[in-house]
Amino acid sequence: MNYSYLLQRIALAILVIWGVSIAVFAIVQLVPGDPARVVLGVQADAERVEAMRERMGLNRPVLEQYTDWFTGVLRGDFGNSLITAQPVAPQLWNRFVPTLQLAIASLIIGLLIAFPLGIISALYPRSAIDVIASIISQVGVSIPDFWLGIMLVILFSLTLGWLPPGGYTPINENPLDWLSHIILPALTAGLISGSIQTRFIRSAMLEVLNENYIRTAHAKGLDRLTVLRRHALQNAMITIITIIGLQMTALFSAVVVVEIVFAFPGLGKLSLDAVLDRDYPMLQGTVLVMATIVTVINLVVDMLYFFLDPRIEYA
Amino acid sequence: MTETTHSGEIAKLKEHVKPDGIWIGVYRRFIRHPIGMIGFFLVAVLIFVGIFGKQLAPYDPNLDMDFAARFSGPTIEHPLGTDNNGRDTLSRILYGAEVSLKVAIIAVTLATIIGTPLGMIAGYGPRVVDEVIMRFMDVLFAFPAILLAIAVLAILGRGVENAMIAIGIVYIPIFARIARGEVLSVKNEEFVEVARALGASDAGILIRHILPNILAPIIVEISLSLSFAILAEAALSFFGLGTQPPDPSWGRMLDEGRDYFRQSLWMGMMPGLAIMLTVMGFNFLGDGLRDALDPKTR
Repeated sequence: MNYSYLLQRIALAILVIWGVSIAVFAIVQLVPGDPARVVLGVQADAERVEAMRERMGLNRPVLEQYTDWFTGVLRGDFGNSLITAQPVAPQLWNRFVPTLQLAIASLIIGLLIAFPLGIISALYPRSAIDVIASIISQVGVSIPDFWLGIMLVILFSLTLGWLPPGGYTPINENPLDWLSHIILPALTAGLISGSIQTRFIRSAMLEVLNENYIRTAHAKGLDRLTVLRRHALQNAMITIITIIGLQMTALFSAVVVVEIVFAFPGLGKLSLDAVLDRDYPMLQGTVLVMATIVTVINLVVDMLYFFLDPRIEYA
Repeated sequence: MTETTHSGEIAKLKEHVKPDGIWIGVYRRFIRHPIGMIGFFLVAVLIFVGIFGKQLAPYDPNLDMDFAARFSGPTIEHPLGTDNNGRDTLSRILYGAEVSLKVAIIAVTLATIIGTPLGMIAGYGPRVVDEVIMRFMDVLFAFPAILLAIAVLAILGRGVENAMIAIGIVYIPIFARIARGEVLSVKNEEFVEVARALGASDAGILIRHILPNILAPIIVEISLSLSFAILAEAALSFFGLGTQPPDPSWGRMLDEGRDYFRQSLWMGMMPGLAIMLTVMGFNFLGDGLRDALDPKTR
């Protein structure tokens, strides 16, 4: 195995996260005019604006501001919220856990939809089930996630009264309550990512099913299920894992939207609240953490890909 | 080799660079693609409504308030119902089409005209230029799309114009990656070497010889990105960051509908359907174009 590829890939991920940190830091620097005045509003007097500039560290040279902020971040200190004056880091951690739970739940729901639908459509191309799967995935790709969320709330919360319309309960406080709060948001993001993945799994499977070794396996007299499980699925997995990895950014994007619709206290909701409140340290923290999560997941997927298919030589 | 055969070879290679009738084949394949044609029809309707929506709208989207008919379902006077202020939903959707279309077109144009040349330069230029451009694109790619748009709006401030810029920035790396990949696959082809041998400059080779050969995937991506841009504009307006009240935008209408769905389901249902049909239209058109432009991928 060519381990230098792995090292290169890890170095690249670190470089990307460092680049992300510069972009995130630049959010405040790029605000047109005086960021302190933007935070306080046009009516604030000069004295308050100056105090805010001091608090935000804007009076120091930019490079010094960045170095201080970044070394703070490396130590786990993301600064203090401009609204509550409380440290940002504990808030980020409190919101990180629900976001991760929601992302994992959405991914599982998406895969539970995509695997059976994708595989069956590939096994019976142009059949009725293939057409239905294709319609479901086309609608799923086109439906706005925030609209689907609202429609599910109207159906399951307001009409049937089965599930709460929003909010969150930590899993260690009451697992059943946690489940009831996470189902609808996870279903919303999961249905959409599932429809996208169905198309990819179908085409990955179709490609593998047309290979010679599948024909050989059939000719050997193996039953259909064994061919599917041992030969087709195992080989299609490499493509499928890559696709799931590529979909993670899209999944987190959907999670941000869904959190806002369901008032789900995760990083996505926190980032929008921070923008609306002009709480820059909070916004910088949420965006940096989300981008880092996505980068790390992409790195892990690349590594999985490497171990699953050791034949591949990377330049 | 004599002078005549030499120029004959060049003429043949030029033909290779600009094969006649390629677009006729694309057109023929496209009109036989049912999904692509449905997409074309939906997009044509959107463009028509986007241009002539104001003339077609039976009421003013903001000023005509029929308080007696608040939260009405579909009636003859209001075919798609009314909202909490008794404003006609059909008229607001027709006006909103212009906003959606305008934002999507400007955002995707921005992404295309910045992302494509960046990707082409990265693919064609020296390794160091490639590395610098693509690592910068990797950084933009690390952000979940909607979060990047929200962060850009945190810098620029709310509003529909800023939403266009934010959505455009989100899609720059997608065009850059596609263009770079395509340039890498054609830059060592014979026709590029011939152009270079004939003394064409790098810029000339990129624009006159490589660009026409990488257009197909970029056209497909434009169609698919338009659908995402419509969704993104609706999402940003839904969050209160895009189009500002009282201007009608599909995302804003959905947000208003959410507050009143106990009184009227139609209020939130109709703009959602409009967004879905539009997005579906661009997706179908993109699928049709992909199959028509590259029959191998069918």
